[in-house]
Amino acid sequence: MRLSAIGRTAVTAGLLLAAAACGGREDPGAGAGATTAAGGCQGQQTTGITDTGIKLGGIYPLSGPASAYGAIPKGIKAYFDYVNAEQNGIGGRKVEFVVRDDGYQPPKAVEEARRLVEQEQVFALFQTLGTPSTTATWDYAGQRKVPQVFVATGASKWGTDTRHPWTIGWQPNYVSEARVYAQYLKQERPDAKVAVLYQNDDFGKDLLGGFRKAIEGSGITVVAEQSYEVSDPSVDPQMRNLAQSGADVLLNVTTPRFGSQALAADARNTKWNPLHIVNNVAASITVLRPVGFENVQGVVSATYYKDPVDPQWENDPEMTLYRAKLKQYAPDADPSVPYHAFGWAVASSFHKTMEAAKCPTREGLRDSMRNLSGVEVGMLLPGVTMSTGPDDGFPIESMRLMRFKGERWELFGEVIDTRREFGPLTAD
Amino acid sequence: MSGPAETAGEPMTAEKSETVGKPVAAGPAAGRRGALVRAVTAHRGRLAVAALLAVACYLPFQLVPFHVFQLTMVLVYAVALLGLNLLVGHAGQISLGHGAFFAVGAYGTAIMIDRWDAPHLATLPVAAAAAFALGLAFGLPAVRLHGLYLALVTLAIAVFLVPLLKRFESVTGGSMGLTLGKPAPPAWTGLAEDQWLYFLALAVAVVTFLLARGLLRSRVGRALHAVRDDEAAAEVMGVRLSFHKTLAFAWSAMFAGAAGSVYTWVIGFVSPDSFSVTLSITLLAGIVVGGLGSLAGPLLGGLFVMFVPSISQDVNEAAPGVVFGLLIIAVMYVAPAGLAGLAARLARSTMRILRKG
Repeated sequence: MRLSAIGRTAVTAGLLLAAAACGGREDPGAGAGATTAAGGCQGQQTTGITDTGIKLGGIYPLSGPASAYGAIPKGIKAYFDYVNAEQNGIGGRKVEFVVRDDGYQPPKAVEEARRLVEQEQVFALFQTLGTPSTTATWDYAGQRKVPQVFVATGASKWGTDTRHPWTIGWQPNYVSEARVYAQYLKQERPDAKVAVLYQNDDFGKDLLGGFRKAIEGSGITVVAEQSYEVSDPSVDPQMRNLAQSGADVLLNVTTPRFGSQALAADARNTKWNPLHIVNNVAASITVLRPVGFENVQGVVSATYYKDPVDPQWENDPEMTLYRAKLKQYAPDADPSVPYHAFGWAVASSFHKTMEAAKCPTREGLRDSMRNLSGVEVGMLLPGVTMSTGPDDGFPIESMRLMRFKGERWELFGEVIDTRREFGPLTAD
Repeated sequence: MSGPAETAGEPMTAEKSETVGKPVAAGPAAGRRGALVRAVTAHRGRLAVAALLAVACYLPFQLVPFHVFQLTMVLVYAVALLGLNLLVGHAGQISLGHGAFFAVGAYGTAIMIDRWDAPHLATLPVAAAAAFALGLAFGLPAVRLHGLYLALVTLAIAVFLVPLLKRFESVTGGSMGLTLGKPAPPAWTGLAEDQWLYFLALAVAVVTFLLARGLLRSRVGRALHAVRDDEAAAEVMGVRLSFHKTLAFAWSAMFAGAAGSVYTWVIGFVSPDSFSVTLSITLLAGIVVGGLGSLAGPLLGGLFVMFVPSISQDVNEAAPGVVFGLLIIAVMYVAPAGLAGLAARLARSTMRILRKG
């Protein structure tokens, strides 16, 4: 029997060599349907785009632990359906948006990215969600020279990294957000003692690291910090520890479920009444409601796009349009879910970026997404615009502070442009 | 897999038998076909393996890179399932923590490449050995625990691994994970990167399958089967239960570690979120669906784990999980012995029809 095993290995090796001798594929880089442009944009890639259509692919966790984010592509689809039906697409090109599920697992995201690029022949990857999934795919996007536009994660590396020109973020990165809170504290409480509750992953650490850096040289100090895992049942023990620190500011860096818990724990503890800053990720009204509005008065946060449940946007033209079109093109989607509005906002950002591209090619889109100047998007707050440049890979870097009053968030102060206040963000 | 011919196990056998069969057949077509059928029947296992290997070597030159990548991942999962099969299918133990050993292999390789710039291929034996040692350590509870209790202990391994990986940030890269380069194909092969990765995975798969086969045919394999079928009887026959149970864990962990190592080569990125409890459970589902206790089971299980989730998403975009679950139920209903059992049953009935015809 041993002989046959050796023999079989030999056959395999032989076949391998024979196959290798035949040589590899003729053109391993380009797929069967790869095309290039002529004229002024000569030689640039036009895969997935024609005079009448443009095909985009997105990867989201439709299943698994992060499936709440699966609402984002619904908002995007509704926007593109509306643009296709009523505005003849983007510059005459009807948008086809293919959504794939990665279950928030990086290896699955790699597979789906390959499927979209090689099999579906998409023009660009329009959003991958989550830092792990995006990190697993951006090398591939770079190798294939496929734009990976407006990824849905706030990690700062999408903008600071210089080796991946084909990938770009969209939302204000976590470091910028931390800078906004630091700026606010410097003005209001120059000698604040801060206690920090943060999620023990890239998101929590990015924000906390940014905050530490932004308060350097000021009178503000971090006196206590507690982390939690996404798998923890509750953050109550962490909150008890933080309460003992005697801090007068609490920075709450959490995702929605834990944000609620921390706000509730703060409300229950009548002996400790710090200024509570809750980060944007957990600042939705849907997070605050279960805690009880009377318990979250005076809580501070920052934002950059319009919250659909905020009554001050009731008669806002973009919000009215959003509500009407979502009802028309995605009747089962609830317009008050902020993820739908997020999808709408990012889709209209893509619309403007694509329109601004000089060439209708992948290279054209890459250059366009890195050459935005003061682009206004209806769903963003007034004063918040998209700007990028050769040395600026962050489309949105401005936010506005808000304070909870009555039953809604009230914006206050000016729009804070973190790039102007703190200078550009660099890799470390 | 009981081939009578000890001398030659090559695909040549079939052709030889055929030429030998011809003169013997006195009658016309019927007799010749009878001989051919006999030859095919006698060597069907080997024929199938040889044909499979030939197809496996041919495919990457015909498929687009995306499909080659998918097949590479099938091979990775197949190697991991091979280890799980050894433990669950042959030794009758249960493990809900197989993904943890897979992660140990993956992270072992990633850390070696990241810290010491180790050549990709050299990391595999080290990663596999590390997983083997860990498997040996975690095999100790298996000596005393049975069934559900053992399942709980192994589940605990999978559960505590993710926070552990996040804790040692300086080594593991924390929750950000580690991004690594992929092994570049040597120039003389003329292969593209995806093809090279595929052949690396194929080579690892072939070696591990041969290893597992050799292991199962030795004393160890017989002892494992005895333990699975009746522990008391096995002990009476002189099988050292504790020794073999612990070793079964170690071997199975080693295969998982090897698979994890190849996984890192192929994906080029590891993060704690890639190795959640779900991975362990998916692997267990994969081997049960593929077929416990058969050598074809891991391969079929790998195909299932890789392709069924995306197929179920094509069926219903809104709820891929529901379709996936229904498909598992359907497979278990139609083929209680897994896909490998179903394939064997189909092959048998085909043979019967051939013989009758």
